[in-house]
Amino acid sequence: MPALLELEKAYAASKKDKEFLAELAMLQKTYIGRPTPLYFAKRLTADLGGAKLYLKREDLAHTGAHKINNAIGQALLAKKMGKKRLIAETGAGQHGVATATGAALVGLACEIYMGTEDVARQSLNVFRMKLLGATVHEVTIGSKTLKDAINEGLRDWTTNVRTTHYVMGTVFGPHPFPMMVRDFQSVIGREARKQIRDAEGKLPEYLIACVGGGSNAMGLFHAFIDDEVRMVGVEAGGRGIAAGEHAARFAGGSIGVLQGTKSYLLQDDNGNVLGTHSVSAGLDYAAVGPEHAFLRDSGRVQYAYATDDEALAAFEQLSRTEGIIPALESAHALAEAVKLAPKLAKDEIIVVNLSGRGDKDVQHVARIKGVEL
Amino acid sequence: MTSRISRKFQALRKEQKKAFIPYIMAGDPDIQKTRELVKILEDCGADIIELGVPFSDPLADGPTIQAAAQRALDGGTTLHTVIDFVSSLRSSTEIPIILMTYYNPVFKYGDERFVADALSAGVDGVIIPDLPPDEAEGLMRLTRKKPFDTIFLLAPTSTDERIRKVCRASRGFIYYVSITGITGTKLTLDPAIGSHMSQIRGISDTPIAVGFGIATPEEASMVARYGDGIIVGSAIVKRIHDPDAELKQYLRSLRAGIA
Repeated sequence: MPALLELEKAYAASKKDKEFLAELAMLQKTYIGRPTPLYFAKRLTADLGGAKLYLKREDLAHTGAHKINNAIGQALLAKKMGKKRLIAETGAGQHGVATATGAALVGLACEIYMGTEDVARQSLNVFRMKLLGATVHEVTIGSKTLKDAINEGLRDWTTNVRTTHYVMGTVFGPHPFPMMVRDFQSVIGREARKQIRDAEGKLPEYLIACVGGGSNAMGLFHAFIDDEVRMVGVEAGGRGIAAGEHAARFAGGSIGVLQGTKSYLLQDDNGNVLGTHSVSAGLDYAAVGPEHAFLRDSGRVQYAYATDDEALAAFEQLSRTEGIIPALESAHALAEAVKLAPKLAKDEIIVVNLSGRGDKDVQHVARIKGVEL
Repeated sequence: MTSRISRKFQALRKEQKKAFIPYIMAGDPDIQKTRELVKILEDCGADIIELGVPFSDPLADGPTIQAAAQRALDGGTTLHTVIDFVSSLRSSTEIPIILMTYYNPVFKYGDERFVADALSAGVDGVIIPDLPPDEAEGLMRLTRKKPFDTIFLLAPTSTDERIRKVCRASRGFIYYVSITGITGTKLTLDPAIGSHMSQIRGISDTPIAVGFGIATPEEASMVARYGDGIIVGSAIVKRIHDPDAELKQYLRSLRAGIA
């Protein structure tokens, strides 16, 4: 608790700290490469024959995904708090890479926790983290995926709390993490809001983003919460909604408490957390950020899911029609757009958050397709 | 109403003795084994027994307790079965029993039903490491004036404000975590322990039990200088699959070390 209170205080102070904000803004521009483009996907739009599809190109941010927005923010904050070491969990490896990058940038030591199963399917990102100077710890217990990587990260933090900052990678965990991570990611929506107005003279009818923990979705949605814009969060439907076969918390979960957060959770009748499955490591998680739970219960955001097969089809469709290979996580959002766009009028607009690029998934997809590289 | 835990500490205080509080995981690997172990612990001088409730994500625990929890879950042990088990023990023993559980199993069971069922089964208190007093108002309201203690944790990193809060909220005893870390970690006593103890004693009459990382009789003896009770978990859990003789001898040496 004292560490969380210290973090809350430091974060609140940083929001009023002109020097901190100026440094963050400068790094967003010159290091991350913001603003990322809002791209009109003309051929995919024509293919689907309905609403106009725009892609918010977070895949073009430094390190290849939106995760860097949060990691740089927290790395700067940790440095300011006098911490010597950054630790983080990672699923797909994008947050691990982003944190290792942030640590290298500000000159802090870095250790990453990653489940054995994810290490196997995201080996490219493991090597990237090592190149960036981080130590990668394989987590061999429990589900061997993101959930247990978070458990191990939190155990490390409990042990080394005086010297270490835990860089939570998503809008989950105890307060202030869900708020802080959302704030660092909200630059996505602020940019998209301005960009779509410049391009179309109006706001979009729909926003779509994939939801694992939910940081890219909160980042896109936050600036539009008070607008008349419909929003859809897309969870991982895996092999279908049966226990252990998916990670669609809103479709198959109930309210529970995990890792310091009360939210929707995939659990059994005795409150033990169930196993999950998704083709995408970044969505393969049993709980969802608490603000998503709020937005769902209040009806402000609709939540859908895409199965492994639907995501893989969207992955290939975007690659072929637009020359953009998306992350498998982002492919879940695209799969929903593929379903929705044909039902809408041609003057309606959908903005899809293309949260990351697919280079990391190429080997995994090849394996699934039975292609030897 | 005074709980069995408070009465035990009062009795020990009169004898100028400290409490020996062993921890075992309920249902590791099955409830029958746990039943035998409770008897052994009591025979070897345990004053209070801390009974772990298995959970899929035991955040405050190291590899030994995590593995024990997994064995218990594989054997089908749940919060329900642990409460029933304590009830069945009450025909043969009056030793104070505390459940150590994470919050989600309790939340899923329902706070109100949990307190009612645990009380009628003869459970004397609960430790929930992922539920700080700030979030435990409901549970504290339900257990007020009942012989059911809510025990909260303090750590070497706890601030003055936190110490005051935990002292106010804790009943039965205050759980002082000897290290910054998780259960079963090698013990290196944090220098803050001495000043923290006098600070807690200045605020509260509630007994203090110290735990996390205590594995040898020597360590138990050293830590017993600070606390009113000593909690040993991982080191016992590691030994329970060894022959009884060695376990009993080890438990007696811990008891002797605490004095």
